[in-house]
Amino acid sequence: MTKVTMTVNGKSVSAETEGRTLLSSYLREGLGLTGTHIGCDTSQCGACVVHIDGVAVKSCSVFAQDVAGSKVTTIEGMANTDGSLGVIQQAFQDHHGLQCGFCTPGMVMSSAALLASNPKPTEADVRHGLEGNICRCTGYHNIVKAVMAASGQDVAAVAAE
Amino acid sequence: MAKDFGIGAEAKRTEDIRYLTGAGNYTHDVNVHGQAYAVFVRSNMAHARIKSVGAAAAEGMPGVLAVFTGEDFKDVGGNPAGWFIGSRDGSPMKEPKRPVLAHGKVRHVGDAYAAVIAQTYMEAKDAAQAVADASEFEELPAIIDMAQALADSSNRVHDEIADNQCFDWGWIEDNRAKVDAAIKAAPHVTTLELVNNRLIPNAMEPRASIGEYNPGTGDYKLTTTSQNPHLTRLLVAAFVLGIPENKLQVVAPDVGGGFGSKIYHYGEEALVLAAAKKIKKPVKWVAERSESFLSDAHGRDHVTKIELACEKDGTFIAFRTETMANVGAYLSNFSTVTPTFLHGTLMAGPYKVPNVYVNVKTVFTNTAPVDAYRGAGRPEATYSLERVVDQMCRELGLDPFEVRRKNFITTDMFPYTTPAGLAYDVGNYHATLDKAIELADVAGFEARRTASAAKGKLRGLGLSTWIEACGIAPSNLVGILGARVGLYDAATVRVNPTGNVSVMVGAHSHGQSHETVFAQIISDMFGIPMSSVDIVHGDTAKIPFGMGSYGSRSLAVCGQAMANAADKVIAKGKKIAAHMLEATEAEIVFSDGVFAVSGTNRSKTFGEIAFSAYVPHNYPLATLEPGLEETAFYDPANFTYPAGTYLCEVEVDADTGKVDVCNFTCADDFGNVMNPMVVRGQVHGGVVQGIGQALLEHGVYDENGQLLSGSYMDYTMPRADDVPFVTVDHSCVTPCSHNKLGVKGCGEAGAIGSPPAVVNAVLDALNRGGHKIAHIDMPLTPSRVWSAMNA
Repeated sequence: MTKVTMTVNGKSVSAETEGRTLLSSYLREGLGLTGTHIGCDTSQCGACVVHIDGVAVKSCSVFAQDVAGSKVTTIEGMANTDGSLGVIQQAFQDHHGLQCGFCTPGMVMSSAALLASNPKPTEADVRHGLEGNICRCTGYHNIVKAVMAASGQDVAAVAAE
Repeated sequence: MAKDFGIGAEAKRTEDIRYLTGAGNYTHDVNVHGQAYAVFVRSNMAHARIKSVGAAAAEGMPGVLAVFTGEDFKDVGGNPAGWFIGSRDGSPMKEPKRPVLAHGKVRHVGDAYAAVIAQTYMEAKDAAQAVADASEFEELPAIIDMAQALADSSNRVHDEIADNQCFDWGWIEDNRAKVDAAIKAAPHVTTLELVNNRLIPNAMEPRASIGEYNPGTGDYKLTTTSQNPHLTRLLVAAFVLGIPENKLQVVAPDVGGGFGSKIYHYGEEALVLAAAKKIKKPVKWVAERSESFLSDAHGRDHVTKIELACEKDGTFIAFRTETMANVGAYLSNFSTVTPTFLHGTLMAGPYKVPNVYVNVKTVFTNTAPVDAYRGAGRPEATYSLERVVDQMCRELGLDPFEVRRKNFITTDMFPYTTPAGLAYDVGNYHATLDKAIELADVAGFEARRTASAAKGKLRGLGLSTWIEACGIAPSNLVGILGARVGLYDAATVRVNPTGNVSVMVGAHSHGQSHETVFAQIISDMFGIPMSSVDIVHGDTAKIPFGMGSYGSRSLAVCGQAMANAADKVIAKGKKIAAHMLEATEAEIVFSDGVFAVSGTNRSKTFGEIAFSAYVPHNYPLATLEPGLEETAFYDPANFTYPAGTYLCEVEVDADTGKVDVCNFTCADDFGNVMNPMVVRGQVHGGVVQGIGQALLEHGVYDENGQLLSGSYMDYTMPRADDVPFVTVDHSCVTPCSHNKLGVKGCGEAGAIGSPPAVVNAVLDALNRGGHKIAHIDMPLTPSRVWSAMNA
């Protein structure tokens, strides 16, 4: 067991880990941050996406020890400092971009990374940018709308409804 | 304070806050002090006799606390089928025992034959591998193909079932000869042979269960990923382990999607309870995704021959269906009703066809159990009907829109009893067809097709008109049809002393938005803000005995139960108000949160009545009880019958066979709509699951029974860049006639109506492009489409 220290959501944290401990397990079991979900174990579903030093990464594909000293942001760190929803989170609620909520943390984290690199994405940009995240509930319609809305675009006319 | 978001408002979801901030509480997120971990040892062979289980190999390994095998459960009950279905010859269905852990034989890849309990998950996993390595089997030939399984008695999934057939069902058997004669005499008969592809549900949250046992009280607690905690409690307690129901609490906290796969009781739930009692520690199990692929109940998997007999002008005379339906290795809880009463009874569609007959043979194979998956039987019915109608139009050169119009049941014909035995109460199928044509701009299709052709793409337009029987209930009807349970639902409305309201409901929300929509209804009825209403679900210790969520039943059955309980609360409130205002009960009117004496300015607010109910200092106790809490059980008079029209436009790349869905339009009649935003979201999701079935998804076993599509590398889930925006309209409304809310249910519609629309669109594109192709089986992968074009 090795003590691994990193900065998670702005706070320095430590937990004992084995060499084989994945970052997703370190966050969930070591730190109790269960907002990061595990949906597939094989880095294909995207429910476990977090940011490592600002880059969106599937945390089930990274050993905790390999990111010691990094700055990690999880879904628990995405709200505003007063506890209200951040812009992307609020857009997901406003546009019904989630149903069961299980893929949602990964969707929000991937969307945040997408918007950081592409502040005004087209529909195609959003769909391409989120193709590493699987959602079984929403059909992606309202997720795409939410991300475009979070970028400040008017989505009222995106699809007739 | 008045209501804010009542019935029909696009209220934002209250449950979203916890999901968006990482504060959800899914079973995997629950940790109980001192918990141990279970890992299951699963067969890597499809069919084998168990010669020995290497349990001894795990004993003494680090952290190992116990090893269980099938032997430990041979004397407890089995996990039963929920419906009894008889064969045409009057013989009962074959119902082999489904044990907690496989005993004697393993019957599909992924069949669990042992479980290891250890201090840590990794220790349990290491020891489970040791058990697997030390176990010995005599491998038997795998039974995979349904026709072969029926024909070959020498190889049996269950030794006591000679022909691997569960039952041979005819619906309606008395009509068989009449339908045969009608088809024989018909001017035209179109025949199609179809495969309704096996699907793997893939809720994003894998199944998980935690068992606890208190030796001091004898109480058990099961925290589990369930769509229906009371049903799970009944099955695991009364049928499998023999625990008194009052000693077992089942909690289904936040559940990350179900789509049917979490209706059923699975052996893992019984195992963690038995293990917790034995080792005197809580026991937690969480499925890996590969376990979900191998052991969750799969969906669909029908092989069907359908015939449509008609006049030369397209007037329908008869539908006749012969289907083989795969039930897999064991009967899952709804596996016998899904291919029968959820399928055969819908084989008249929205049409006034005089003759319908359906024959379904259910077949055991060495594959994972097959059960209800979003839509459950009704997608299979709709697919068969809408494909064969489309093909008939092509054969006779008829317009598919006009043929539907000609054959639709008309609004003056309701209530309408079909030859498949259902009594549709209301509907307006012409209205949704016209609405879909308008929204999809069918008039502009030719121009779009020309534009596609200029890019070298073949464009097609596909139509599907669908109907379903949902709001799954009523008990007296399903009882006649073979259900071993009732299908009512229940709710308790508790007004607290300070005027806020706790509503305990039997339905379970795992994405359906009950916490918001049910609160809207209570807000509307009581005239109080939504924020004063909490919807409590998913815990048998808190909620009344309800049957859970599936079959688009939550609102139409449980929602109505809740509204009935709320009506009782209002009636009791009037009694209290009459006492407080010194009036008669008949003089009290209730509106917008105020109880008033009619024609006067004397009134009490909802909050004042609530407070009085719990501080009854001067009540006439002989005639007025304290408290303001009511429960209602609601068992409807009939199914509900949502219906609609779906239009799909595709482009096919002639060089590669790749299909792109360009536009998808839905015009649905769901009856009255409580929250349009939520309804649209349900349809979006269902449609994309249907597009997935039509183009991408396929659960494939090879001849040895190995699941070839057992991971997200091999099983193609629809992703964001596979699908377009979906246009959804629900403005055509014929309110359900037999529930007061006038609601029908919308959860399954998208998955029911969409697959034939997509396939019909692809075939339209190919045929317009000069390729004379009658049918391609789903999923319409580039390889299949290209091969059909180049055959």
